[in-house]
Amino acid sequence: MLQKPKLLTVLDVAAIASFLAATGLVFFYAPLERVMGAVQKVFYFHVASGWVGMLSFAVAAVVGVIYLIRKDLKWDSVGVAAVEIGIAFTLINVVTGAIWARPIWNTWWTWDPRLTTATIMELVYFAYLMLRSGIEEPERRARFGAVYAIIGFLSVPLTFFSIRLFRTIHPVVIGSNDPGAMGAFDMTPRMTQVFLFSLLAFTIVYFDLLWHRIRLGKLAERVESLRLKLQA
Amino acid sequence: MSGLTPFISAMSAVIWKDLRAEWRSREVISAMLVFALLVILIFNFALDLQPNVRAGISSGVLWVTLAFAGTLGLNRSMAVEKDRGCLDGLLLAPVDRAAIYLGKAFANLLFMLLVALIVLPVYGILYNTNLLIPGLLVVILLGSEGYVAVGTLLSSMAVQARTRDILLPILLFPVAVPVVVSAVKATGGYLAGLGWEEIQPWFTLLVVYDVIFTSVAFMVFDSVVEE
Amino acid sequence: MSSLIEVRSLVKRFGAKIVLRQLNFHVETGEFVALLGPNGAGKTTFLRILASLARPSLGEVWVAGFRLPQQAAHVRRRLGVVSHQPLLYGDLSAEENLRFYGRMYAVKDLEARIHEVLELVGLVARRRDLVRTFSRGMQQRLAIGRAILHDPDVLLLDEPHTGLDQDACDMLDGVLRQIAGQGRTVVMTSHDLARVEDLASRFDVLTGGRITASQPADGLPRDGLLAFYRQALESQRSLQGATR
Repeated sequence: MLQKPKLLTVLDVAAIASFLAATGLVFFYAPLERVMGAVQKVFYFHVASGWVGMLSFAVAAVVGVIYLIRKDLKWDSVGVAAVEIGIAFTLINVVTGAIWARPIWNTWWTWDPRLTTATIMELVYFAYLMLRSGIEEPERRARFGAVYAIIGFLSVPLTFFSIRLFRTIHPVVIGSNDPGAMGAFDMTPRMTQVFLFSLLAFTIVYFDLLWHRIRLGKLAERVESLRLKLQA
Repeated sequence: MSGLTPFISAMSAVIWKDLRAEWRSREVISAMLVFALLVILIFNFALDLQPNVRAGISSGVLWVTLAFAGTLGLNRSMAVEKDRGCLDGLLLAPVDRAAIYLGKAFANLLFMLLVALIVLPVYGILYNTNLLIPGLLVVILLGSEGYVAVGTLLSSMAVQARTRDILLPILLFPVAVPVVVSAVKATGGYLAGLGWEEIQPWFTLLVVYDVIFTSVAFMVFDSVVEE
Repeated sequence: MSSLIEVRSLVKRFGAKIVLRQLNFHVETGEFVALLGPNGAGKTTFLRILASLARPSLGEVWVAGFRLPQQAAHVRRRLGVVSHQPLLYGDLSAEENLRFYGRMYAVKDLEARIHEVLELVGLVARRRDLVRTFSRGMQQRLAIGRAILHDPDVLLLDEPHTGLDQDACDMLDGVLRQIAGQGRTVVMTSHDLARVEDLASRFDVLTGGRITASQPADGLPRDGLLAFYRQALESQRSLQGATR
């Protein structure tokens, strides 16, 4: 009944292949950045994981809205899956950021607003998991999770606002050229190609993971109901 | 059910009830006040507030104090509803749930503003600064509104969870960051005597988040209390 | 829809756990139904669904001609609920509690009605005292006053005798009898037959998530009732044994 769907296997292959290809491109195709050198290559995965983290939290908020309207628990399992994966990718984002920052800003961590808000965003979703673990009843857990995912995502946009409002040293590579930021650079066409491909690869990996996590949730539910049946 | 009059009268009944009970016991306000003063004194020791440093961090100290004291009030306000099953009593009434939310939020806002109105002059006397600037008072109002709007919603979730006593600050603080940060920056701007064009972006952000949080909480409150 | 309360194939599940399974139930106007059953049988859950505080997972629930949960607002107007918690504010006086709920229900001529209700539950002398200072029995009587304040057609009571001593129970029964006499329909849960045998006009037994037996009160002597309840519980137990 719960056999692995063929499409999921296809997605698995696509995810692995595109991830390997992206890694290859980053190391062998993308040019060395003039000032920063090899460490700049972390940029491709840094931004891609940040993008996936944000996408994931957005997915959690959207399925939260859908859950509140439809009241169907399957949307809740998508929501949890999205939040857990989002936390993982945001963590990758912060860690790769630290690796990049060490040689460029000369420190692992600064109280830069962008970094700080990204970390607060991570804490929002830790709070989400703690909220869920405090509630036994599945419907109530789903409702509260949905509401918190929506409210939490509303406070995330601050991450983007913050770069423009605060005077930050974090570079804004996309969409703006602020010469004051340290570590800013102009992307060459090759860089842009690798960058876009990394985004694509991470997005595919993301949806593959999301699907697996949702399946895992379904299987756990089945185990739970089977166990209740045995007890009854 | 339709029409504005029953909505308003239900909302004002909830506000009246909260104010009346508080007038009786004075538990929440006095706890918030004592706590707020303690926080200020602890900050004084912890940060070793010198007159020249003070101007820069006053706004931060003020808002952290208000936020902490506010959490105390929010927790208590919902615990009262849960204690003798009163939340069920409210939900059994044939009124719009949004009216209940707005009533609770409004009463919470009044408590927080009252605490702020006492804390501000006290802080001003202790550190010899004038905090009663009209613009700053507006910022206090807007900041408290946003904080209470999302806080009332989250406290009604926290109170229904197993870990209810410790959950509210964990849920509320990270989410309320946009409100608190913009309120701190706007307050700091007024204290430093900056011009409107420097304060205006933070002021706008504060208003935007007030509107977002209030309207979203208004819309989803039903799903938080309904089984 | 002739019955005042009509429940068809009601299912309530909390996640994978099923509390009510295919429950059917109906009550005519003016009946006083005692809903008996052991603890954990789903009585409170069922009453919460009738009270519009919980949603049915499946099935139909009609109260006074309105469908739940879609027309909950109409139902709430006609419903008074007493749960084992008093639903009262400790920092308000008896009078103020009633005034608050009266405003929530938009009760007309409120002050007169409050006095009337306080007289009925025998709390006029204590009307200005804080509910915090009330004994459990007094709180429960005020809770009943709160439930009938807006003159509801249907009264739902969930184990109202919990935690009361004998005197308080007798007083409560007196109030209940008076209320039921005014043409109201009452559904009251209890795990103890002795508590409700003098009050109810019909006894239903709720076990394993459905109504397993029903018995009108008239004509049946006390021993017959006891035997009926015991038999209903026994048959449920043997049924559970069989599935195991």
